Amino acid sequence: MSRRLKLAITWAGACGGCDVALLDLGHRLLELAEIADIVYWPVATDFKRSDLKALPPGSVDVGVFNGSLRTSEHVEDALLLRERCRYLVAFGACAACGGLPGLANLHHADQILDTAYNDTASTDNPDDLRPLERSEVLAGTLTLPALTDAIRPLDRVAPVDWVAPGCPPPEPVVTRLLGVLTELARSGEAPPTGAVLAADTPLCEECPRAGSRSGGPLPAFVRPHQVLPDPERCLLEQGLVCLGPVTRGGCGALCLTVNMPCRGCFGAAPGLLDPAAELLSTLGSVAALDHEDELPQGRRLFPVRSLVDPAGTLYRFTLPSALVWRKVEEGSGTGTGTGTGTGTE
Amino acid sequence: MGQKVTISPVTRLEGHGVIEIFLDDDGNVADAYLQVVELRGFERFCVGRPVEELPRILPKICGVCPGAHHIAAAKATDAVWGVRIPPAARALRELFLAAHVAHSHLLHFFALAAPDLVLPADTPPERRNLLGLPAVLGKELVLEALAVRGLAQRIQGIIAGHPIHPVAAVPGGMAFPLDEARRDEIAAAAVRLLAFSTRALDLLEERVATDPDLAALLVGEAYRLSTHCAGLVDEQGNLAFYDGRVRVVDPDGAEVARFDPADYLDHLAERVVPWSYLKVPYLKAKGWQGITEGSDSGVYRVNALARLNVADAISTPLAEAARQRLFAFFGGRPVHQTLAFHWARLVELVHLAEEVQRLAADPVITDREVRVVPSGRPTAGVGAVEAARGTLYHHVETDPDGILTRVNLIVATGQNNAAMNLAVRKAATSLIRGGRVDPTLLNRVEMAFRAFDPCLACATHALPGKAPLEVKVHHSDGAVLTLSRPCER
Repeated sequence: MSRRLKLAITWAGACGGCDVALLDLGHRLLELAEIADIVYWPVATDFKRSDLKALPPGSVDVGVFNGSLRTSEHVEDALLLRERCRYLVAFGACAACGGLPGLANLHHADQILDTAYNDTASTDNPDDLRPLERSEVLAGTLTLPALTDAIRPLDRVAPVDWVAPGCPPPEPVVTRLLGVLTELARSGEAPPTGAVLAADTPLCEECPRAGSRSGGPLPAFVRPHQVLPDPERCLLEQGLVCLGPVTRGGCGALCLTVNMPCRGCFGAAPGLLDPAAELLSTLGSVAALDHEDELPQGRRLFPVRSLVDPAGTLYRFTLPSALVWRKVEEGSGTGTGTGTGTGTE
Repeated sequence: MGQKVTISPVTRLEGHGVIEIFLDDDGNVADAYLQVVELRGFERFCVGRPVEELPRILPKICGVCPGAHHIAAAKATDAVWGVRIPPAARALRELFLAAHVAHSHLLHFFALAAPDLVLPADTPPERRNLLGLPAVLGKELVLEALAVRGLAQRIQGIIAGHPIHPVAAVPGGMAFPLDEARRDEIAAAAVRLLAFSTRALDLLEERVATDPDLAALLVGEAYRLSTHCAGLVDEQGNLAFYDGRVRVVDPDGAEVARFDPADYLDHLAERVVPWSYLKVPYLKAKGWQGITEGSDSGVYRVNALARLNVADAISTPLAEAARQRLFAFFGGRPVHQTLAFHWARLVELVHLAEEVQRLAADPVITDREVRVVPSGRPTAGVGAVEAARGTLYHHVETDPDGILTRVNLIVATGQNNAAMNLAVRKAATSLIRGGRVDPTLLNRVEMAFRAFDPCLACATHALPGKAPLEVKVHHSDGAVLTLSRPCER
């Protein structure tokens, strides 16, 4: 027996790519409108936060959340959506694992402000101003929200039921979410908690180059601009860092189809806690074993050091969900957050 | 102090924005501000990253204009090594960028601009959006608009791996060549894209010719802003997107600067203001004069209308004829009417479609030589393109290993920061009188802002329903009156 669903969609610190991914459904958005009432969608409807607050807890079937948490308002929205919805979906890499802007966690918020308002080449700031939470202008007072100490993925604040991975989620993932909603409306059946709406295997399993792998030691690392890689062969075996082995599949190996290595936007492959740490550990034991002589002086003993910027490359999309997930002040103790969440910090 | 009117959120521009309108004791507008209330810190966390990764990192700034960031970053990395890319790579990047800007312009016009421009003024809010268009324009046309935008996305996906966040442009060229089958697919899409683009332009021109209210809105004083304009032009002074020199014209249209984007620091600076996270770019030659209009002010505009104001001509025939019709309507170049940005966008759309068709037919496009490996010592570089919303500058510096030491980004929407503030202030001042604030008036204030196409406005309004808008009137005695109204797209 079928019934209409109630659906709530919202965004936090996001680039808009997730919204475009939904928009790229095109006429299939109308299928969504046939099975669900959208009770909250700030980018597309005029329902207010107060309307969502007025609904009873658990009265919305599915909440879809994109973007990472960078302000207290983002955290409030996440908690509110969690309370009102039976199922909560982390949509896109930022909500699922922090996303690329999570690299900001390598720095303190102060350093980010210094760069933006003092150190950048074209900045003109003779009075050493900063954007202020309150500033007086001739006609009155203007306010700005403050930045939080670090970027958090959704599940550091609220338990997540399902994850739609990707930056942004590509068509197969969005289609699968549409299928989940259709099934929920039709039969009431829902995927289990923790379900990820993508493949249950690492990207390598679906990579068209998988058959080319020899399984032997890897060469010393090269950087993507330094070589013209063979478009048929495994990129790792050509010395290019590729996150395929530790990244969940389901995208169709899109980047590989244009001869570019995976940077891990689908997050950890099943069973991995910290994909970047796992990959670094693996590479440390197999990289450049037979090729020490090719390495520059001083790096021969540590061939894995031919990998430049391991933090920014291996944690490209997942730093805020990693074991060590942000820069911590010396002497600040445990490194937990500001007490904003109910989650797993 | 009088009242304060807050419009929040107005719409999104690479994050979140708020409009604050202050009323004096007589209820007239004392001042108005557009605030950008978010900062993500790309300029900081890119430091320490390998420079060749930038074309994959910087598109994440904006999911609506990622293609422009992709190409600007790739050009900056080319410059870091001083590498000349193969002709096929150049053609592929140009084709990709043309499809990208076409997708953005299509979405903006039909999802955002058209409901204000072609629907009768008394259309109720629930039909004053994309889904209200079929009643006036016909269902077939609206579906074709969505389908053709999808084709523009598809072209980007074919060339760069992903239709939203592209990956294929690298220092030295492109990571992968285009095969014949996919070229044929793009060529077929181009025919449909061009046919629809000219149809969309015809539609607007016919409306302007037959609807005196629309014509009056276009030329109205509430939406007129006199500033400098800036944009890329090629060697002949034609409109350019992928490459060129930045030409700056004064409010009378006289050229006051023409420079290589690599020299942008000699010409542009960004002022920090305490009331917004978005800095305010201005012309250095004029000095910081604050957010003011006129030829003595350093305020300048970018985006479609500014590009047509600086360009002498357009290289493709259909768009050139359309450009001449636009300037004939307004009585010459430059045009300072804010709502003319919508018209200029459609003129550009025709040009971009003509460019997609030309490039898809160019034999070089399927050449297998799409990359050279850069050599030598990396140093610094600037990459600039015309994004849908205006000139985009990426400036990077590296250490001898090509690790980023400094990054500076001037984005299109940022350069219109001052102009958007002025446009909002001017529209509010002429429309809000005696404390009378109603939803229709506020929508007309917002129209001044929307014409600049701040990022994500398009996605915001493409869907059924209405965008949120909250209006808070702050009385001097502390009382707050909250109004809410549907956002009428």
